[in-house]
Amino acid sequence: MLEVKNLHVTVEGKPILKGLDLTVNAGEVHAIMGPNGAGKSTLSAVIAGKDGYEVTEGSILFEGQDVLEMEIEERARAGLLLGFQYPIEIPGVKNIYLLKAALNAARAARGEGEIPAPEFMKLVREKSAEMKMDPSFLQRAVNEGFSGGEKKRNEILQMLVLQPKLAMLDEIDSGLDIDAMKVVAQGVNSLRNADRAILLVTHYQRLLNHIEPDRVHVLVDGRIAKSGDKSLALELESRGYDWVVEESAA
Amino acid sequence: MASEEMEQLVRREYKQGFVTDIESDTLPPGLDESVIAFISQKKGEPQWMLDWRLEAYRRWLEMTTPSWAHLDYPPIDYQAISYFSAPKKPEDRPQSLDEVDPKLLETYEKLGIPLHERAALAGVAVDAVFDSVSVTTTFKEKLGEAGVIFCSISEAIRDYPELVQQYLGTVVPQSDNYFAALNSAVFTDGSFVYVPEGVTCPMELSTYFRINAANTGQFERTLIICDKRAQVSYLEGCTAPQRDENQLHAAVVELVALEDAYIKYSTVQNWYPGDEDGKGGIYNFVTKRGDCRGDRSRISWTQVETGSAITWKYPSCMLRGKESVGEFYSVAVTNGRQQADTGTKMIHLGENTRSTIISKGIAAGRSDQAYRGMVKIGSRAKGARNYTQCDSLLIGDQCGAHTFPYQEIGNSTATVEHEATTSKIADDQLFYCRARGIDEEDAVSMIVNGFCKDVFQELPMEFAVEAEALLNVTLEGSVG
Repeated sequence: MLEVKNLHVTVEGKPILKGLDLTVNAGEVHAIMGPNGAGKSTLSAVIAGKDGYEVTEGSILFEGQDVLEMEIEERARAGLLLGFQYPIEIPGVKNIYLLKAALNAARAARGEGEIPAPEFMKLVREKSAEMKMDPSFLQRAVNEGFSGGEKKRNEILQMLVLQPKLAMLDEIDSGLDIDAMKVVAQGVNSLRNADRAILLVTHYQRLLNHIEPDRVHVLVDGRIAKSGDKSLALELESRGYDWVVEESAA
Repeated sequence: MASEEMEQLVRREYKQGFVTDIESDTLPPGLDESVIAFISQKKGEPQWMLDWRLEAYRRWLEMTTPSWAHLDYPPIDYQAISYFSAPKKPEDRPQSLDEVDPKLLETYEKLGIPLHERAALAGVAVDAVFDSVSVTTTFKEKLGEAGVIFCSISEAIRDYPELVQQYLGTVVPQSDNYFAALNSAVFTDGSFVYVPEGVTCPMELSTYFRINAANTGQFERTLIICDKRAQVSYLEGCTAPQRDENQLHAAVVELVALEDAYIKYSTVQNWYPGDEDGKGGIYNFVTKRGDCRGDRSRISWTQVETGSAITWKYPSCMLRGKESVGEFYSVAVTNGRQQADTGTKMIHLGENTRSTIISKGIAAGRSDQAYRGMVKIGSRAKGARNYTQCDSLLIGDQCGAHTFPYQEIGNSTATVEHEATTSKIADDQLFYCRARGIDEEDAVSMIVNGFCKDVFQELPMEFAVEAEALLNVTLEGSVG
């Protein structure tokens, strides 16, 4: 589904990713871990198309399409969705309005008409209940005055409504207490199916107690230094990152 | 010779002069006392009205054009303007929509203006002014039953002289400012509204009906009086970009609210902003002021300003009655080379008076805008309160927004709050929306409309919908 090859990315002239390779197949959950500053968030930002990241070498293919040639919104409509580490506030724009606009944009791209209002209302009510969000959240401005946990739940709510093919979740566990983490993890787990892939970017192993990954990758200095199954995450939890860093330097 | 005698002599000469002068319906460019006498005579005005105009003219001669505004435009030659012209003859106007600037028609299309109205707006010679005649008639009957007077200012001077004489110029004195003085001397059109005691006007009053029938005046004068416990909502303007031969517009609007009265005045204005270099655009120098004369009275200004090459406009409230309330909600959008200097004044004179100012400025392209707000609290205005919030949103990096707040607090029991923000349309907000699949132009319009929401919700429903459409058209092409 997703094929990243020899990806080199610089930010303001400084190399961050230095030849990253990653293949994610449908139905898989991958976790990208690594010490701070290794380039974890850069990877998801580049795939989503954020400005300020220059790809100097390499390629990203999504279902055979050249992602780097696509506009930001085209990537999203194709089913590549990024859940933000710090979701931004948009004053005056209702949450439900953003959801509807996003859903209809994706439908239009697939040649479908706008979703009928009753169907849409039913869908968002159902999904917000899953995320344990009061329906009043839908009427509030996007992320405005939301607590950290509410923002993260709202990100997952968007995923549940938009049903992406590849969900990239950037540090979705940061700033969450244990209860909020469980709700978020439950939401993510409900996204799991044979046609969908999930890419988790996280610093800590604890999220992976709730969302079991198929593959774990350790990102060190702009490259994937080590890959393994979920036991790798547990090893990192007990031994820290230093040994991988040393191993990859050797 | 004493100046008084001189004045009398001058006046006498002109009085004689104008009688023989009336040959045509249109005056050549230029302004002097004979021109004013001509206008007054054409309108069939009583002597007191002419005297009032002449007084204003003489004050105007002694005044100079204000230079404090954050605007840049070449000096206006007031002698090059014709102050009275009959409507253009049908044969001089475009004969069909085919002769109208296609760009203008494109805009009408985007705004969803009905076909039959497009012709009238574009100044095409049409025989019948669609079906607004019947609408206007039912409208007038309904108002008549309620005792509400709604007519042109010229009719009011003829038919209700005592009301006009009692209130005209009591809110905006003739010599209030340069443009108000000029308007007082030469105004030719405008609306008059009187809502009698205890009456809630049965419908929203709109100049729209009038504007479609006759071209709007260059020097409009509007006077709205709401008697005790009366209420009225008045809508001014039109979302369609209006072309006009007259580059300078200097209107005056006066509102008077007596005890427990409530006047809501909403404006959606979209004058022609000029071409890409700002050429041919309208200069809009307007004086709008409301007088909360009675206790517990309330005046609320809501405006959405998108047009004009240059806007100079400060709808204000004089809060004289105890516990009276003044409100100002504004969205000003500038794009291209537009310049706007706009804001409000809240003058608190009575006890426990309250005012709220919410101003949203959006600048795109190479435009420049300034918010100028004054809050003045007099020594007797015990317990007065003001809340001001002015936010600016910049789109792109070649535009500018400036805020000039002035506060004069005359007593220690007052509470004045001021919040101001300037933000660039955040790349992060845009990215967030686009990363959800929403395309860039839709994302900008979503963010901008969200930014303006506090103001739009003050507009009457159908105006709010039009205002949103208008905003999108104005900002089209401002990103990417």
